[in-house]
Amino acid sequence: MSTFKIEQRENNAINVLDLKGYLDAHTAPELEKMFQSLIDNNRFRIIVNCRDLTYISSAGLGVFMAYIEDVRKNRGDIKLSNMSAKVFNVFDLLGFPLLYEITTDEAEAVRKFQNPK
Amino acid sequence: MTTGKKHTGMRLTIKSRTDRLREVREFVSARARDAGFGDDVVDAITLCCDEACTNVIMHSYANAPDREIGIRIIPRDREIEIIGWNDGASFDPEAIKSPDMREYLSQYRRGGLGLHLIRSLMDKVFYTEGNGSRREVHLVKYHSSA
Repeated sequence: MSTFKIEQRENNAINVLDLKGYLDAHTAPELEKMFQSLIDNNRFRIIVNCRDLTYISSAGLGVFMAYIEDVRKNRGDIKLSNMSAKVFNVFDLLGFPLLYEITTDEAEAVRKFQNPK
Repeated sequence: MTTGKKHTGMRLTIKSRTDRLREVREFVSARARDAGFGDDVVDAITLCCDEACTNVIMHSYANAPDREIGIRIIPRDREIEIIGWNDGASFDPEAIKSPDMREYLSQYRRGGLGLHLIRSLMDKVFYTEGNGSRREVHLVKYHSSA
């Protein structure tokens, strides 16, 4: 019985990762593999939809930190959307809104890719 | 989704493997809920225990999967205390400063955030030494007075 799942799809030529379940030190390597695969295939515009993400620990946040620099060097970004209050609180405690665009919904994240400041 | 185990006692011992973190979370959240904490605080306590155990697995035990980590929960009138013990390598947590997050993020660093979360979310954190090589971390959360 898996406690973490990632589903991948596209939205307007942007790669969307739907995270489901619990992102902790045990499941974080799965997200690492997914990011690495996207980067290896030159996919640098990524939205992480957290609607079904039940839980995140600092191990999960560390995965985002590991890839954001590479992605931005290639003129892409990792934007996060649809977070629950519980998940957003963890990001917020660690100051992540300073570094990442966190949007209410996926459509807003898509718009931000299409109309960057 | 649960492991199918019911935790009714106040102690849990796990092997030092990250696939045991789910059991730790289920155990701690159930006990914190029983102690009368609301959802937000239960989530905070649970996260801190996850972070503490992860640190032990990765750092104190250098990812050795066959060591033991123990958790003991002491609910009191005004607080809950969670004691986590391990027999791993010592480190001085007081020497690890919580990072300035702006600087941390600007350098795209990763790692070291678990301790920062624990210090942010718990009301009191302190360390003691038990018998032999046992090291203990104490996480304390007060019941809100509101």
